[in-house]
Amino acid sequence: MNTPRTLYDKHIDSHTLCPLDDDGHVLLYIDRQVLNEYTSPQAFSGLREAGRTVWRPETALAVVDHVNPTAPQRIAAMPDEGGARQVSYLAENCRDFGIELFDVLDKRQGIEHVVAPEQGFILPGMVVAAGDSHTTTYGALGAFGFGIGTSEIEHLLASQTLVYKRLKTMRVTVEGRLGLGVASKDIIMALIEKIGASGATGYAIEFAGSTIDALSVEARMTICNMAVEAGARGAFMAPDDKVFAYVKDKLRAPKGEQWEQAVAKWRELKSDEGAVFDCEVAIVATAIQPMVTWGTSPDQAAPIGARVPDPAGEADPIRRRDLQRALDYMGLEPGQRLDGIAISHAFIGSCTNARIEDLRQVAEVVRDRRVAAGVRAMIVPGSTAVRAQAESEGLAEIFLAAGFEWRQSGCSMCLAMNDDVLDVGDRCASSTNRNFEGRQGAGARTHLMSPAMVAAAALAGRLTDVRSLSLEA
Amino acid sequence: MEPFLTVSGKAAPFLAANVDTDVIMPKQFLKGIDRSGLDRGLFFALRFLESGAPNPEFILNRSAWQGAKFLVVGPNFGCGSSREHAVWGLKQLGIRALIGTRFAGIFYDNCQRNGVLTIQLEEDELRELGRLVGQPESNRISVDLPAQQIRLQDGRAIGFRIDALRKEALVQGLDAIGSTLRRAEQIRAFERRHLQENPWLA
Ligand code: SF4
Repeated sequence: MNTPRTLYDKHIDSHTLCPLDDDGHVLLYIDRQVLNEYTSPQAFSGLREAGRTVWRPETALAVVDHVNPTAPQRIAAMPDEGGARQVSYLAENCRDFGIELFDVLDKRQGIEHVVAPEQGFILPGMVVAAGDSHTTTYGALGAFGFGIGTSEIEHLLASQTLVYKRLKTMRVTVEGRLGLGVASKDIIMALIEKIGASGATGYAIEFAGSTIDALSVEARMTICNMAVEAGARGAFMAPDDKVFAYVKDKLRAPKGEQWEQAVAKWRELKSDEGAVFDCEVAIVATAIQPMVTWGTSPDQAAPIGARVPDPAGEADPIRRRDLQRALDYMGLEPGQRLDGIAISHAFIGSCTNARIEDLRQVAEVVRDRRVAAGVRAMIVPGSTAVRAQAESEGLAEIFLAAGFEWRQSGCSMCLAMNDDVLDVGDRCASSTNRNFEGRQGAGARTHLMSPAMVAAAALAGRLTDVRSLSLEA
Repeated sequence: MEPFLTVSGKAAPFLAANVDTDVIMPKQFLKGIDRSGLDRGLFFALRFLESGAPNPEFILNRSAWQGAKFLVVGPNFGCGSSREHAVWGLKQLGIRALIGTRFAGIFYDNCQRNGVLTIQLEEDELRELGRLVGQPESNRISVDLPAQQIRLQDGRAIGFRIDALRKEALVQGLDAIGSTLRRAEQIRAFERRHLQENPWLA
């Protein structure tokens, strides 16, 4: 009998050309990659300098998402010289090397990790690498995705392979029903808080259990997306009928007989009974509350009902100093209640939480209500297609009536590489994935939470429990 | 790539946990299409005051650690964004190796691909090293990659582990793409079979 294997083993085994040593390095075949304008230029320059070509251009897709403005009126021109140069160099590279590009004015444009699944570019069983850490998102589709740097992009473009070291495996099992007002974002935030920002460093995480099974494919993407904030170099989930239904009508999905053949094969994509993981973590869904971050690392998070921790309670001097530094940066006092922290901005966007379901949840919270005076609230849809969908469903009208800005798609204030930048001291409730110092602007303060929680904060003008809001209604 | 054999120089402690690549290389330095000028951006908010003058408090600006070739860093250094600009900046400022306990995965690979050595020590070893290099009189070390040793000024040595494959690439300064492309035939053969078995991937 064969040794039971994890789904991770199956993904890696089926894509391994050959082992390279006894330490777990293999030459790994990569099925797809997604390119953006800011991590790819030097990779293309490297190819040009060495006179190399792209191995299989049709396996790459390029999207402009990081530097483009998101003002409601879309124009082709970039507002700054650097961004303009990156966008035009990407176009030049795609043209010269034969890679498909979704430019700013393209109807299919959007954040790479929203666009690629939407276009059916990612299918179950694929191994995907891309020059962006949130490539882990594709785990939700039964693919295996991981982020790489620019040198690796070049290696991948040139050879369709990467020199890859096998990871250890962690299984996170989530069981039980989520409470009302608790989202998949809260599951992943609770996990990161529990195991720490490097708790899964060196691991690929499989998410399993009845709670995960009950989630929609989009809600699962949020979890896989943010797994990297716990240090995971890849996330995976066994694909099920929901995934097959999600993929089925997509443009690039297999059709007819090939579809049947593919699904039959995809059904095998699960960890075998008795497969052993290097680490197991269990999470009880009923215990999860809506989460918010209070610090400058995604693991510095707590349920909305909690208080800001006290550095004095930390025995380790380096950790005490880190904690104090986080509170100083965030302008918070030990013991302060999280519920009630006043905000100046609310941002709904990013590859973590700007899909159509996220926007529907936001609409439910803000319908017939108004954004608090003094709060600038923005919604930046994950893709141009999501924007169109939201408009056809009447969501955009709800947002505008509530006082939200309804913008074009892009990464926007998730990393503030375009002109959507916060000022020193601004405080933002954000549906994004990173609360690092300066992430949304130098000196700006970010509190991560679910889209519904951001919506609630926008209405209240302060961090607040979205569940209290629905009770009042 | 410049081979890494034995490198000697000052080591600077920078022990905060979870130092992310946004802090190492902030966004305003990511707008290029080449690798130039990233030494200026490195740790920008920490290294420079609002006036643009060097922040005298920052470790790499203090005279005893100026020109350091090594950073002794806290856990999960390099977490966050995949931006390789962070490593290019470190390299341009003259950093040859980072010594820590646990590095973020993408950052770790990015270092390797640029000839910047990452050394992983046990927590107590790192703590002791951090203490030593935090004092100007004992902040010079030698890193001998072929022997897998960090040598201290007092004559002591700390051994470290590194995968043979990584070591060889660094010691020889190998071009990874060139090495892989020598297997082009093998890649093509694998690809043919893979696409035959999974025709929807073609
Ligand atoms: S939305 Fe944010 S996290 Fe996602 S790809 Fe863009 S910048 Fe990266």
